[in-house]
Formats: sequence, C-alpha cells, structure tokens
Amino acid sequence: MMRPIRILVAKAGLDGHDRGAKVIARALRDAGFEVIYTGLHQTPEQVVDAALQEDVDGIGLSVLSGAHMTLFPRLRQLLDEQGASDIVLFGGGTIPNEDVAPLIAAGVAAVFTPGTPLAAIVDFVRKECARRVEA
Amino acid sequence: MLKDDVSVVKTIDDAGSSRNGAVRDAWQAQVQRAPLRAGAVDKTISDHPLKPLYGPDDVAEIDPERDLGYPGQYPFTRGIHPTMYRGRLWTMRQFAGFGTATQTNARYKFLLSQGQTGLSVAFDMPALMGYDSDHPRALGEVGKCGVAIATLDDMHDLFRGIDLGSITTSMTINCTAPVALAMYLAAAEEQGVPAEKLGGTLQNDMLKEYIAQKEWIYPPEPSMRIITDMMAYCAKHVPKWNTISVSGYHIREAGSTAVQELAFTLADGFAYVEAGIEAGMNVDDFAPRLSFFFNAHSDFFEEIAKFRAARRIWARHMRGRYNATNPRSWALRFHTQTAGCSATAQQPENNIMRTAFQALAAVLGGTQSLHTNSLDEVLALPTEKNVQIALRTQQVIAYETGAANVIDPLGGSYFMEKLTAEMEEQAEDYFRRIDEFGGVIPAIHAGFFQREIADASYAYQREIESGERIIVGVNDFINEEEPQISLLKIDRAMEQDQVARVRAFRSGRDGAKVADALAALKRAAESEDNLMPHYLHCVKSKATLGEISEELVPVFGRYREPAFV
Repeated sequence: MMRPIRILVAKAGLDGHDRGAKVIARALRDAGFEVIYTGLHQTPEQVVDAALQEDVDGIGLSVLSGAHMTLFPRLRQLLDEQGASDIVLFGGGTIPNEDVAPLIAAGVAAVFTPGTPLAAIVDFVRKECARRVEA
Repeated sequence: MLKDDVSVVKTIDDAGSSRNGAVRDAWQAQVQRAPLRAGAVDKTISDHPLKPLYGPDDVAEIDPERDLGYPGQYPFTRGIHPTMYRGRLWTMRQFAGFGTATQTNARYKFLLSQGQTGLSVAFDMPALMGYDSDHPRALGEVGKCGVAIATLDDMHDLFRGIDLGSITTSMTINCTAPVALAMYLAAAEEQGVPAEKLGGTLQNDMLKEYIAQKEWIYPPEPSMRIITDMMAYCAKHVPKWNTISVSGYHIREAGSTAVQELAFTLADGFAYVEAGIEAGMNVDDFAPRLSFFFNAHSDFFEEIAKFRAARRIWARHMRGRYNATNPRSWALRFHTQTAGCSATAQQPENNIMRTAFQALAAVLGGTQSLHTNSLDEVLALPTEKNVQIALRTQQVIAYETGAANVIDPLGGSYFMEKLTAEMEEQAEDYFRRIDEFGGVIPAIHAGFFQREIADASYAYQREIESGERIIVGVNDFINEEEPQISLLKIDRAMEQDQVARVRAFRSGRDGAKVADALAALKRAAESEDNLMPHYLHCVKSKATLGEISEELVPVFGRYREPAFV
C-alpha cells in the first residue's frame, strides 16, 4: 500500500492571519493526507527546514500580508538550493490575480485565491503531490 | 381564494378581542400546510437557531424597565447617550495606512477633506510585531499592510500639518502600543499640544492577540503588566485617551460566531478590569476609558442584537460584579468595522452592498464610530476612489435613510429582544466555561479560544463548500468572466527608501543617549516602576521601535504559541 501524501501547511512572514491555513490543514487532513502545520511567523529558512525534516511532498504557504512576491520566490529558491526541487510549492491568501502569473513563473505550482473551493485544493494535492509518493 | 382571505381576516378579529390563541393556532395550521422554499434557513449565520416568527410569548420574561431601560441609562441596552444620533452622529473613521508616513499623511488629508471626522492609523506588520523597517524579518512587508513607522521622525511625518489638538486619533497597535503612544505624545508635544488635551484610542488589547490576531512579542503575563502601567499613566497624564479598545473584530475575522465574539471580547474586558483592580487602581478611575471594537457581519438582526447585548452585559457586570459606581464605567462605548471576512474577491462590487447592510446594522446597534470596508480590501489596500465610496455609504445612512432619527428603533421588537436576551445568556455560559479554566489567560494557554474559533470557522467553510450556505458570486450566481479592477500598488522602491530613512535616523543621533535610555527602560522592567515614562524617554532619545521592543525580550521573554490545527 502506498504511504499517504504528506503536506506542510506553512505561515511565513509576520502576519497572524491563520484562519485560512487552519481551514486548509483540516480539509487536507479530512481528505486523508498527513498534515503538519508550522505555526505562525516562520522565516522561509524555518519553513524549508521543517519541510526537509518532515520529508513532505508539498508545501502549502498562506500569505495575507501582501509579502507574497517576496516569500514565495524565496521559499522556492531555498528548496531548489537544498536539492528539494521535487517538493511541490503551492499556496494562497490575499493575492491579486495579476500576481498569479509571475508567481507561477517563479516556480509556484498553483496559487489559490480567495473563494477557491476546498475540493479544488484537495484535488490539486491528490494529483500533483502524489508523484513523489510514487517515485 | 378571496373567500379564504376573508375568513382569515375574520379569525384575526375574533382572536384579537378574545386573546385565546386562536389566531396563533390558525396561523400555525396555515404554516403546516404551506410548503417551504428550498434553502430556507432556520438559523443565523452563527448557527443560532431561529423561529419563523416571534411574538409576545418570546418576551414574556423581559421587563422593559429592568432589561431595556432608557438611552443613556442603566443598563444601556438602548444606547449609551440620552439623545444618541439626534445629539451627535457617530464618528466616521476610516482605518488607513500604507507605504511611508508621508504617503499616508496625504491619504489622511484627503479623508479629512471628504468629511471624515476622525483618524485611524493602520501600521505595517513590522511595526505591529516590533521590528524596524530594516530588520531582515521585515523584508517584503514594509508599508504593505499599513504605514511603516519605526522612528519618531516617521510619526512626525504621519501627522504633518494635522492639528493633534483638534482631531481624535485611533491607533490599531498592540504589542508595540506603548512605543506608538510615546511617539504620539512626543509628536504632539512638538506641535505644542499638551498631553491632557489629546483625544484618541490605542487598541492595546493583547488578550485578543493571543486569541485571534496573533501579533505578539512577550507572553501574556508581562503584556498585562505593560497594559496596566499604561492605564495608570494615562489616567493621570492623558485623561481623554482611551487606553484599550477591547476588540472582538479580529476574533470574528478569525472565524468565530457572533456569540463567541461577544463573549470572548467581554471576557477580555473583564480581565483588564480585574488586572487594573489588582494593580491597585480604583475601578472608576480607569474603566470609563476602556472602549470596545466590534465586527459588523452580514446577519443583520443577529449583529444588532449582539451590540445591544454587549451593552447590557457590560453594565450589569461592571455595576454588580466590579462595584463600579460611575455610570461612565457601566456604559460600553464601541467602534465598529464592517466584516472584512465577508467580502468576496468574486464580483467585488457586490462588497459595496454587503458593507452598506453591515454598516446599517452597526448604526441600528448604536455604534459610536464606524469604519466601512472598501470593495477592494479583500485583494489589496483600498484605492482612493473605493475609500470614497465606503465613506459615502456612511453618509447616505446618516443623511438619507432616516436610520439616525429615532433611538434604538428596533427596541421592543419581539425578535430583537428575544435574540438580545438569548445572546446574553449564551455569553454568560461562555463566562462560566472561561472561569472553569481559571480565567482568560489560563484559557489562552490551554488553547480554548483558539480551538473554539477554529471549529466554528471550519464548520462555516464546510457549509459554504456543501452549498448549504450561499455566498453570492462565490458558490452561486457565479460570473464566468471576472473583470479586473484596478488596485492600489505599493511601489517596491518604497521599502528601500524607508530602510534608508531608518538607517539615516540612526546615524544622526547620540548613541550614548540612546543606550542610556534603553538601559533605564530595562531596569524599570526588572523593577515595579511604571514603564510608560521610560518608553517616552526612549522615544525622545531617538531609540527606534525595534530597539525598544527588543530591549525587553531578555526581561519578559518571547511568546511562542502552541501550534495546533
């Protein structure tokens, strides 16, 4: 039997808005994934350390402070530097539509803007984060 | 058809005179025959059960003299002023701040020119968490969620050309509130305005930070000491200043129900009262300067009932439990903001209507001041155009709807009075549960509030997910094509400018003087001295917000939240 997909739900930066992160964490857990939550106010370095230590298949980053254009690319860069290019980075928060394309170009697999159904996020994780499990 | 109608009219007449319940029975019989529409709900947005109709039986226990009273009189259910909006309208106070102090100063002047009557400062995340703009952890966050304030120079620029003696200012800041207050006092002094003339509000509500907003430096216990020091200092030196704005707004935004918002906020308020009394103050010396801050969400009647219940609960506890004798200690004054979490990114123009209904609920609930959200705030800080629409919404309510003409116009409604009483009872249940933990701080350490809120927010999200709850434009009435709206962009060069400003400020000061002031603050923290004069001395000696905050970490420690989902 295949092991379950492991996801790190992360809050980086200084904002304390954890409502979305906690709802996503519960929804992913209810969908049968293993979920680890970093807690608040993590630096990108701390998030990457936790991801490697926990051997996760994907990181879901929540940013509601407007710092998404800094935090997402930094996280992707650190993961790649650590040889963890296979960890899928996705996320969401208060992210205007026009910022989505540049984030995708920076190596973010998916950006879920406000109002995205939980089921869409669960489907994404099931499809995109399974590769590492199968490998 | 016509025949049926006639017979109903006749029944009403009969029962109206005999009061034997026959009319009610006739109505119930009709209801039982009538089909309900699909999707009809029998609960509020907070899962509070509703009946289809309320009547005299629902208010049989309510004594108007005892439970409602009169406006301006105990227990203040109908409002805290004898004349309410007939005497003076609420203060229209739009929360604003972005970029540098100079950029935000221009927005303030715009808002004042548009008829706004008070200022409200939104600080950026680094300022809210105790980091200077040039700290590595501030990278990407400077000026984004609010205005970047790290130095006394920043505070000067923020209010340049605005007379602090003639305006009231609200500052939404918590763990760094003593630094912000010290900077404001120093800026006012340089304008020649004495502290005793200053009017305004600090949010300064750390308890709800641990519960919901999650911006902190030190653990709860030393945070309470800082707050009581500020209460004592302001009672003496800044008597018109509201030292704490006990906030339910963030609790609701984090996903709580209306009753949780009501109960947790008032429990926090009581905790501050108890802390003040324990610190040796007379309750009537500081309680009149406590104010509140609530959310106005979308369930119209539930929100109005919440505001009315809040006043009654506060009055009863302040008089009955804390033995306050000054009526101003009993009267709960509050600011309201419409619910940011109810705004949708889809069809954002619809947020104008949501905001208008929420604002009307706040007015019918008797708010003292009001912020109306702009339609674009779910995506970014608002543009000038959208802020203007939000402010105009308040002006339409004030001058066109007639809502301000009659005091507590829903008072006496069977439904409103029943709902108000039920919310009061449910809040009392929560107070008992919090007491079982040993009070608010032990309940925070146990994760009680955090779990209650997370459970409620997940339940709400699942209702949206299943379609049980309709959010217009999100899970029904969807437009396939979403037009782009233009958003306020914070120039990325702004961050570098601000970093350079902070560094220039540091290089242009007397380093020994800064070090002395910081050392004195630290010594005071280790003793029982009131910290506030030392904060003021640090600010005037040109210590920065980040330096002052960091100085006390070795004494007070740094808070770490137990992370759980």
